[in-house]
Amino acid sequence: MNNKESNSYKLLTYFLIPLLGVLFFKYLSSTPFETSIDINEEKSYSINTSLSNDNLIKVDFNFDVKPILSDKCYACHGPDDKVRKANLRLDLEKGFYNSLQDDNSKLVIDRKNPNESELIKRIYHEKANEVMPPPESNRKLTNNEKEILKKWIEQGAQWQPHWSYTKPILPKIPKTTFSNWCNNEVDFFIARKLETKGLKPSKNEEKEILIRRLYFDLVGLPPSLENIDDFLNDSSNNAYEKRVDQLLSSKSYGERMAAIWMDLARYGDSHGYQDDQERIMWPWRDWVIHSFNTNLPYDKFITWQIAGDMLPDATKEQILASGFNRNHKITQEGGVVPEEYRVEYVADRAITTSKIMMGLTIECARCHSHKFDPISHEDFFSFYSFFNNVDEDGLIIYGETAPKPNLTIKKADIKGELNFVNLPDSINDVTLMVMKESENLRNTYVLNRGSYDSPTIKVNPGTPQVVLPFDYKNNPANRIGLSKWFFNDNNPLTSRVAVNRIWQQFFGIGIVSTPDDFGSQGSKPINPELLDWLAYTYQKEDKWDTKKFIKRIVMSSTYRQSSKIKKKSLLIDSDNMYLSHYPRQKLSAEMIRDNALASSGMLVNKIGGPSVKPMQPPGLWDEVTGGGGGSLAFYNPDTGENLFRRSLYTFWKRTVPPPSMMIFDAPTRDFCVAVRQKTSTPLQALALMNDPQYLMAAEYLSKKIYEIKNISKNDKIIKLYRTVTGRTPNELEISKLDSYLNEVKKINEYSDEKAFTSLAILVYNLDETTQKS
Amino acid sequence: MEEIHKHFLNNNRRNFLKKAGLGIGGLALGSLMDPFNFDKNQDPFSALGSNTLNLPNFAPKAKRIIYLFQSGGPSQLDLFDYKPKLNQLRGSDLPESVRKGQRLTGMTSGQAKFPLVGSIYNFKQYGESRAWVSDLMPYVGKIADELCFVKSMHTEAINHDPAITFFQTGSQQPGRPSMGSWMSYGLGSLNNNLPSFVVLLSNGTGRPKGQPLYSRLWGNGFLSSLHQGVQFRSAKDPVLYLKNPDGVSSQERRKMLNYLAELNHEQEAIFGDPEINNRIAQYEMAYRMQTSVPETMDISDEPDHILQMYGPNAQNPGTYAANCIQARRLIEKDVRFVQLYHMGWDQHENLPTQIKGQSSDVDQPTAALIMDLKQRGLLEDTLVVWGGEFGRTNYCQGTLSDTIYGRDHHPRSFTIFMAGAGVKPGFSYGETDDIGYNIIKDPVHVHDLQATILHQFGIDHTKMIYKHQGRRFRLTDVHGEVNKNLLL
Repeated sequence: MNNKESNSYKLLTYFLIPLLGVLFFKYLSSTPFETSIDINEEKSYSINTSLSNDNLIKVDFNFDVKPILSDKCYACHGPDDKVRKANLRLDLEKGFYNSLQDDNSKLVIDRKNPNESELIKRIYHEKANEVMPPPESNRKLTNNEKEILKKWIEQGAQWQPHWSYTKPILPKIPKTTFSNWCNNEVDFFIARKLETKGLKPSKNEEKEILIRRLYFDLVGLPPSLENIDDFLNDSSNNAYEKRVDQLLSSKSYGERMAAIWMDLARYGDSHGYQDDQERIMWPWRDWVIHSFNTNLPYDKFITWQIAGDMLPDATKEQILASGFNRNHKITQEGGVVPEEYRVEYVADRAITTSKIMMGLTIECARCHSHKFDPISHEDFFSFYSFFNNVDEDGLIIYGETAPKPNLTIKKADIKGELNFVNLPDSINDVTLMVMKESENLRNTYVLNRGSYDSPTIKVNPGTPQVVLPFDYKNNPANRIGLSKWFFNDNNPLTSRVAVNRIWQQFFGIGIVSTPDDFGSQGSKPINPELLDWLAYTYQKEDKWDTKKFIKRIVMSSTYRQSSKIKKKSLLIDSDNMYLSHYPRQKLSAEMIRDNALASSGMLVNKIGGPSVKPMQPPGLWDEVTGGGGGSLAFYNPDTGENLFRRSLYTFWKRTVPPPSMMIFDAPTRDFCVAVRQKTSTPLQALALMNDPQYLMAAEYLSKKIYEIKNISKNDKIIKLYRTVTGRTPNELEISKLDSYLNEVKKINEYSDEKAFTSLAILVYNLDETTQKS
Repeated sequence: MEEIHKHFLNNNRRNFLKKAGLGIGGLALGSLMDPFNFDKNQDPFSALGSNTLNLPNFAPKAKRIIYLFQSGGPSQLDLFDYKPKLNQLRGSDLPESVRKGQRLTGMTSGQAKFPLVGSIYNFKQYGESRAWVSDLMPYVGKIADELCFVKSMHTEAINHDPAITFFQTGSQQPGRPSMGSWMSYGLGSLNNNLPSFVVLLSNGTGRPKGQPLYSRLWGNGFLSSLHQGVQFRSAKDPVLYLKNPDGVSSQERRKMLNYLAELNHEQEAIFGDPEINNRIAQYEMAYRMQTSVPETMDISDEPDHILQMYGPNAQNPGTYAANCIQARRLIEKDVRFVQLYHMGWDQHENLPTQIKGQSSDVDQPTAALIMDLKQRGLLEDTLVVWGGEFGRTNYCQGTLSDTIYGRDHHPRSFTIFMAGAGVKPGFSYGETDDIGYNIIKDPVHVHDLQATILHQFGIDHTKMIYKHQGRRFRLTDVHGEVNKNLLL
């Protein structure tokens, strides 16, 4: 491409297409002011479509109005009564339909004379001391936002409860003109939505791309060349379904699922604060893998982690599962006030559990009543109190790898009930942290500003009223009762949050793009009916059978679509929110490394056991370690097969996490993370080009292929390319690869074999290699 | 290009990418990449009008910053906060009326007595500003007229981990972005072949193997990882994986990148994914860094008289002195935020011996750095900050003898100093009581300092926000006031 073309190309890609896209999208969209899905910057109702031109548009309270109120008004007129101004509350129904406190003659909303509504007057007011929001708040309404509010009042100002706090009901399967394309129910919801947006679904993905996608999604590893060829040669009707079943029953499935759970559960192999010494929690990770592989239903999977230790006649396995709530950081810093940190641990459990189970970020309510969601300061500490009765130390001493309460697993246990714990032969027993209720119940108080030394009123264990009141009659007010509450049929959040996260695993973005915020400030579901159908189905139909549920997703035509981006969909839906094609995604940090190991043939695919230390640049630990690093003061890489285990098992020192993971957007594991960042950085390029792990993979694989006898150079190139990327290169690509081979040979006076290794390095650096297409 | 223009350009693009569905992470914009990588005349983004953050909010005084973080908590009472009364009262107990229930660390809370102890080091007044500096810091004393001392710093945390995390991120608990990441996010990059936020570490001789550091201190928190601090190390690879593998020439690499770009373009034709162009740009930036980083780190072109300025360790890689030279070189290349950490200031026991070594690590190089920046005209728009996460107590921890004493952590008052970029030179601000325990005049909170630093960059600290999990976050949380008394 010459320079001029390249520039006009840039212009097209970055400017014209998206701009047209936004405009066109707005034009076609039936609700033109659907909220931006990216909450990370000021909400941009960027294209100020004039609403007055279209009186047919119905403004929806939850989708159009609430996000504006929440973001721009709730800081002063929301749930937090400590800061509420003018006693005006816009998060509850009754707040809207009253007169003003200081002037009875003025109505907040005047349905008869919309323009007389105080709300309208104030947002359009020209005086700085009258206009709302006040200028000093840094919150400004755009013209479009003002018009939405106005239109809503003109249309009768209908209030609705927040969408996620009402229980999902089974929606009807919609009709669609694309019914021939649909393979299962999922597709009808997707197709219908596409139809209303003027989009079309894509045809089926090419087999060799689809199989790689499926492998990464279900087992986190690439298919081997044999796997690919088998699939390509299998012309039976259920060829794909056979692979789905086979992968779901492969032991690698549990490892793939566990990798995601580690981020949520903030798993680490060190305590995380200050000197950051070693801890032992890996047997809990073995349990997670095992429970995914044995398909423990989601309700049990969660219940055992939250309350396994308290179940009647709790088995050792159930107690082991409760280690989930001990994965938080623990300090060893001499001189701290232990209670201050104990409070921190209890809060971490409450926050993590809330995020995973309710998709709510309740941490704001630790210091004051939530500004946006109806979760009070008291609600936070009521929830907190479920986790506040553990006989634990706020400050632990050096060298403690499993501070109390803990569980010791002996050789005898792994011969029986705990046979999934991969205890190395050289070790007789292993002790890890678990939960245990202390004999004497600890009182919980609301802590002023969340601080350990400012207790105020006493509270009892409880759950946020707005989600579902806790049934004290039928459930104990403890972690068992809490688990029952989560799996109460009427809990509106549990199933939605769970299916949304699973959806995200396959499509990169959840139906709700903020998997950890289903509250007022979170994004709204892009396809609410589909979300509810999935939620209902997972809960009622599949009875929390995760494999069954996942099979529904990967069997859908939606999942099996081509990832090729069509011009039209880029114009109408540049984010591909409606899934008119399969969203191409970057592989996770674990997958990028595991792909190199697996495709080259170096992977040691052994399941479970203690964390391992693969190669990393020397000195990274010691240059920040002080005097107290203990066994983690220096990084001593393992030898032998531990260098080549799946990345799930890489030792995680929280204050210096493994660079091969961090560079590719893994979180630090300091706290629960429900969605990883997706970035491209030069550090990633450097790692792929120069990390000895990738160079070894390239050398190992290229040697193997080079040494194959009786095949042509072209066939070798194709074999290399297919092994690493899963796709057969086209003629042009083959000729480019061949010409690189020749050029690199000439520059360096390399042998054919050495040049072939250079070629492998190139292939490992291709964009395609690190993508799931 | 004008700074402000540059900035707007950057933000327009960011805004635009969001709309284009690429997100902030879609194109590298921050610490790790040149935001103006495009041909400026052809840059489609310059045509766009609005931006979200509107930064800078006003004309900045500072373009760059070197933060000389003294990890462990230097003793202000032995360095800058001269308290002759403490020497007179040596051995007598700290009255509760002064302590007023101030929380103690677990290390001294068990002590029966809190005997006051003055410094065994002499203090002198320096320059026209008559600033008090102890004999531990003669070089710093000599440049006192360049410095702005804040003797009334106070913080909230009393232990290292929360206190240093608080200083760097505005919050005691991990998870927020560090100051450098915030600046990268808010202001973007000034150069096109180095990260805009660089971190350099050194170990002190005062108390080797003292307090550790944590990579989250220069982490991006919830901001894009493009804004992370990039550690430049004295190891073989100054940046992780920077060096080509043995036997691979730069020429071969160039060749590979050319082919890589061609093949990636071919894939773009197949998949139609615009993100591929970004990937290609990142490889180009990586390639540029392979040259620019070693070039910057190679000090063989530094003349002897400059090396001598920085003292005997100037050519000893990985020392504070060597890092100070690196810092200046990075600033010359328009790196926005250079963060140094010097470990070893945690003198609980045997302070007199330990602090001597520790001070001599930093005294001459710090002074040299400031004067070196000045002679190159860089001090005008480069802010230098020197200080730790808290101060130390006026009473003794552990053994007290004629030559031995220790000091515990003290969050209630301590001293830092700054220079350059519109900060008042030859100025001392704030005052502690005559036994150096409480602040009696002009307190400056950590959030105030952060707000003031941002102010020098033209940033209203209440306006540089990032929305995460539904909440607007800022470096200064919901606190902090710009302290204009410190500014010209």
